[in-house]
Amino acid sequence: MTMKDFLYLIPLFPLLGALCGGLLALRRKPANEIFAGVVASLMVLVSFAFSLLAFLELWGLGETIGLHQIVYPWIAVGALHINLSFAFDNLTAVMTLVITGVGFLIHVYAIGYMRGDRGFQRFFTYLNLFVFAMLMLVLGSNMVVMFIGWEGVGLCSYLLIGFFYEKKSAADAGKKAFVVNRIGDFGFLLAMFLTYYQFGSLEFATVANKLGGVRPQLVTAITLLLFLGATGKSAQIPLYFWLPDAMEGPTPVSALIHAATMVTAGVYLVARTHFLFALAPLSQAIVAGVGCLTAFYAATIAFAQRDLKRILAYSTISQLGYMFVGVGVGAYAAGIFHLMTHAFFKALLFLGAGSVMHALSGELDIYKMGGLRKQMPKTCWTFVIGALAISGIPPLAGFFSKDEILWRAFSTELKGIPPVFNYCIYGLGLLTAGMTAFYMFRAVFLTFFGESRLTPELARHAHESPAVMTTPLLILALLSIGGGLVGVPDTLLNALGRLVGAAKPLPGGELFAEWLRPVVGAGAAEHETAGLEIGLMAVSVGVALLGIFLAYVLYRRNPAWPAKIVAALPRLHRLVWNKYYVDEINDAVVVRPLKRASANFLWQFVDAAVIDGLVNGAGSTAKAGGGLLTKMQTGKIYAYALSILLGAAALLGFALWAW
Amino acid sequence: MIPVGFPLAVGALLFAIGAFGVLVRRNAIIVFMCIELMLNGVNVTFIGLSDRLRSVDGPVFVLFIMAVAAAEAAVGLAIVISLYRRKESVNLGDFDSMKG
Repeated sequence: MTMKDFLYLIPLFPLLGALCGGLLALRRKPANEIFAGVVASLMVLVSFAFSLLAFLELWGLGETIGLHQIVYPWIAVGALHINLSFAFDNLTAVMTLVITGVGFLIHVYAIGYMRGDRGFQRFFTYLNLFVFAMLMLVLGSNMVVMFIGWEGVGLCSYLLIGFFYEKKSAADAGKKAFVVNRIGDFGFLLAMFLTYYQFGSLEFATVANKLGGVRPQLVTAITLLLFLGATGKSAQIPLYFWLPDAMEGPTPVSALIHAATMVTAGVYLVARTHFLFALAPLSQAIVAGVGCLTAFYAATIAFAQRDLKRILAYSTISQLGYMFVGVGVGAYAAGIFHLMTHAFFKALLFLGAGSVMHALSGELDIYKMGGLRKQMPKTCWTFVIGALAISGIPPLAGFFSKDEILWRAFSTELKGIPPVFNYCIYGLGLLTAGMTAFYMFRAVFLTFFGESRLTPELARHAHESPAVMTTPLLILALLSIGGGLVGVPDTLLNALGRLVGAAKPLPGGELFAEWLRPVVGAGAAEHETAGLEIGLMAVSVGVALLGIFLAYVLYRRNPAWPAKIVAALPRLHRLVWNKYYVDEINDAVVVRPLKRASANFLWQFVDAAVIDGLVNGAGSTAKAGGGLLTKMQTGKIYAYALSILLGAAALLGFALWAW
Repeated sequence: MIPVGFPLAVGALLFAIGAFGVLVRRNAIIVFMCIELMLNGVNVTFIGLSDRLRSVDGPVFVLFIMAVAAAEAAVGLAIVISLYRRKESVNLGDFDSMKG
């Protein structure tokens, strides 16, 4: 059996799971929880197994354009041919393995986390549906199939954010996420139209082969519109503000959708269309710039948050910014590498936060926690591993991926963009790395260390989570530790080799970049700057350690200092605490004017006057015409007879005359 | 052999008389009879022309028309009877409830 003809099996099983789960959820009697949860998880596991088979086959093929399967020709109108087709290349392999692998762990975790919830069956139905849509997104070999997945994950995100729909804030957050995402999707749609207009095809492979002689402005427009779509899905400036609110959803959702998979769809989109971005240096610079700004900006907000999940949400936005820096400067392998390691450690952090919530009956304020290390050691230590990984401490996963991005941002020249741009991005990225370490360890110290600030009630009940939840944590912790080893930079290995006196350079460097090379190319050529690269590495490790040290000083040694700092800078604190008032500004600038315009112009004038007028006018015209015609109906039979006779005579006369 | 003009003239005359009767009479029974006259005017025309054209289509049509006329008379008389039961009148001028 070759997976080439069975690619559709990968998304099929989660879809089956969603369909069966949806049917079961309709029954009045609540389903058996264990059964529902295990079946849903198994579906994802089967999907993972098929992804693994396809991955192994791809590996065996060596350097290839990948597997391609046309399931059926979907739309054929004139010159427009759209197939429901799947492509499985090296990039897709990484994505499907991350989605189904991390997805499976989160499904298992959710069996424990969601136990006893009224919507248990519904939850797993949505979760399966999400995995299906996400797989469609990454497997689609053309923009249309990808768009199906793109919209599908948006829908599932909406459904799962608003999962506790009886809570107004959850329902509102779901709506907000959906509307903001739709703005981005509109950009994606326009980019699709422009692509078809220019290239006559929506297949990625076809477009990539037709790049000769296209107008650069058009490519810039397409890429910028694609990036608008990416900012919506991946929560970048200017469309980032839905993600923090999305934390209203159950924690496994935050881990799966709003950390590990869906929000990385934008990064994947940019990597998938890298051949277009390569022709538009301006777009590349904008992607990198926006990513860098978002990374920094979100990190500043995370400084002042008290809600554990919101801290993680802003950290996700910030890390997504890093990924965009990577794909923006053309280091696609580095961006996707960070996507993968981030999926491991951020899923771990979210699930850890969920474990804490589970133990504390939903409490999320880190100032009301403290000292949880003793009650929940497994959660604590896995969380610390996640925090170390995200801070970029070697040799954990985050160090290699983040450093690769920073190094590429520093060293890659973009055509027509002055190098000072690179240095700015690098500097801001480095600063953000330090800030990341600081706010993550602020959360760690306040949650797990120091004196307990729990209410006595909660302190009595605080307990470690069951094994079904801690096992995924442990596996993700292992991945967070070892996941980065597939992307160890050659320069570092060489240096290490010299250090231990090996005769040959150590093997096994940059496996990840090598794996992605057939899809995204090698990136910029390496210069002879090994010393500089290692130096910058040391700098970023130093910055991360400094961030952790500062957090230690402020939140463990001298817990009174933070309050003093806040008191010294009340305005700044209020500004950051209120997230720069972005939601309020949005409300004032976009939402309320829209509402007012809708009520006064669209409703009172366009709808009530124009549209209703047209409809009512059509009705009254017909009525008036009928009133006139009704006069002909005299009810006198001889009148009818006369008109029949006259009519017949007229017809006869006409026939004679015409003949 | 009679010239073809004769049966045509008789047929036209019968049809015209019938049509006139339908238009001017108010009694439903009479109107009915006038319709029968019109039908038979057509029948005569058919027969006359079939003789001339050496075709049996005409007589076949005539048989059909007679059968239809018989059925029509049965239905029509039934309608007239039920109209009479309703209004004790067969004057067509009394029935104008379909006035628009």
